[in-house]
Amino acid sequence: MAEVIEREEQAPEVPSSPSLTAKEAKSLLFTPVFDDNPIGRQVLGVCSALAVTTKLETSIVMSMAVIFVMALSNISVSLIRNHIPSSVRIIVQMTIIAALVIIADEAIQAFAYNISKQLSIFVGLIITNCIIMGRAEGFAMKNPPTHSLLDGLGNGFGYSTILIVVGFFRELLGSGKLLGVDVLPLITEGGWYMPNGLMLLSPSAFFLIGFFIWVVRAWKPEQVEED
Amino acid sequence: MQNDSIQKTIFVAVALCLVCSLFVSLAAVSLHDIQKENKRLDKVKNILIAGGLYDPSVDIQSVYENKVVPLLIKLDTGQILNSEEYPNGIDVDTYDIKKMAADPTFGHPVDSDRDIANIRNRPKYIFVYKVMEDDKLQRIILPIYGYGLWSTLYGFVSLGSDLQSIQGITFYEHGETPGLGGEVDNARWKGLWPGKQAYDDAGDVAISVIKGQVNPKSAKAKYQVDGLSGATITTRGLDSMLKYWLGNEGYGRFLDTLKQGGARG
Repeated sequence: MAEVIEREEQAPEVPSSPSLTAKEAKSLLFTPVFDDNPIGRQVLGVCSALAVTTKLETSIVMSMAVIFVMALSNISVSLIRNHIPSSVRIIVQMTIIAALVIIADEAIQAFAYNISKQLSIFVGLIITNCIIMGRAEGFAMKNPPTHSLLDGLGNGFGYSTILIVVGFFRELLGSGKLLGVDVLPLITEGGWYMPNGLMLLSPSAFFLIGFFIWVVRAWKPEQVEED
Repeated sequence: MQNDSIQKTIFVAVALCLVCSLFVSLAAVSLHDIQKENKRLDKVKNILIAGGLYDPSVDIQSVYENKVVPLLIKLDTGQILNSEEYPNGIDVDTYDIKKMAADPTFGHPVDSDRDIANIRNRPKYIFVYKVMEDDKLQRIILPIYGYGLWSTLYGFVSLGSDLQSIQGITFYEHGETPGLGGEVDNARWKGLWPGKQAYDDAGDVAISVIKGQVNPKSAKAKYQVDGLSGATITTRGLDSMLKYWLGNEGYGRFLDTLKQGGARG
């Protein structure tokens, strides 16, 4: 987390005034998607990106849960940021995040029961997702609520982009399906596609995230760190 | 008050806990009924799938009420209980195998030398389901569970009115690897089961889930089902699970009761 804070202090686009221009809003929302992706650039939250991406559907639901938790935790932390005693600030952030995660989990169990069975413990584990803590501590503690909301949404989108890209390829290449619908007919069912079993195991997400980082850096060479 | 004073710290901590617990309790209490209903409908749906009655276009609740009759049995003896004999605390709508197996009153540990399906605990009483058509028994649906590679698989197997031939199998809860052991959910694989024979001519459990593919010319083909490719341990778990539950340790005595006392069945 120390790294996140440091990066935040260096980043020039962090607004300091309470008013928000359209340009700043856009930058807060979209910079984390490709330019400063929480997984691709900051390498945070990789654990859940490995666990829930065997299928596109679970990736999407997980993304929505993370966007919800991150946006609301950023707002809540930002609203009370001037009253949080610094000695207990991490616990305060954790409590807020944990409460939001439980609410998200309960809602998924009520409205998307089948998916909740597949996501099982991983919704609960959003609590330990470093991106959310990182944004609460690194951004929401110092910025007004609207900025924090946009920052939370933006980082949520950044996380979701990777999850959905990885989920897309893992389900397509691993099971020949997308959202449970057959796309590549499998050999075992009379088609021609031999599914790649590796895609169904967690290490494949490492390769895919690696490819993602490579593609983004080839497209935006300024992201390449100097040795 | 200074932000870092002890009073303020305690005040912030207490206030935050109260507000958060309020929201969490609100969500938990207000969504509880929907969640419970989801669980019940999910179970009903799986019973219908195992019984070959499931069709997404019909109202599962009414099919269930019209055609499925739950029976509470005592696992050790195979005795069928009338609804007035149900022990206190057992109710068909809230019955949960996992809770019952772990409960000290309603469940008991299984001796490790008999526990081929690796279930550790099992309930004393269990609900099985009869599928009736015009007052005649069409199928009997039996809950089964056992350990695979990562998780315990919970499901149902159904037998035809001869109490010999398998009509279907389905799992409603498991944590096996998607694409490998998770292929227990694959419709094509499940389609291999109907028509297989659970017992041989001597009445012993004969069904087995083998590694690889069944040779259709083999004399044993009617007792064998293809294993899941790439999932040796899940396959072995499925094999043991069926042998356990269909054997004398499992539903053997109940099926005997059912065969003899046809009038009551």
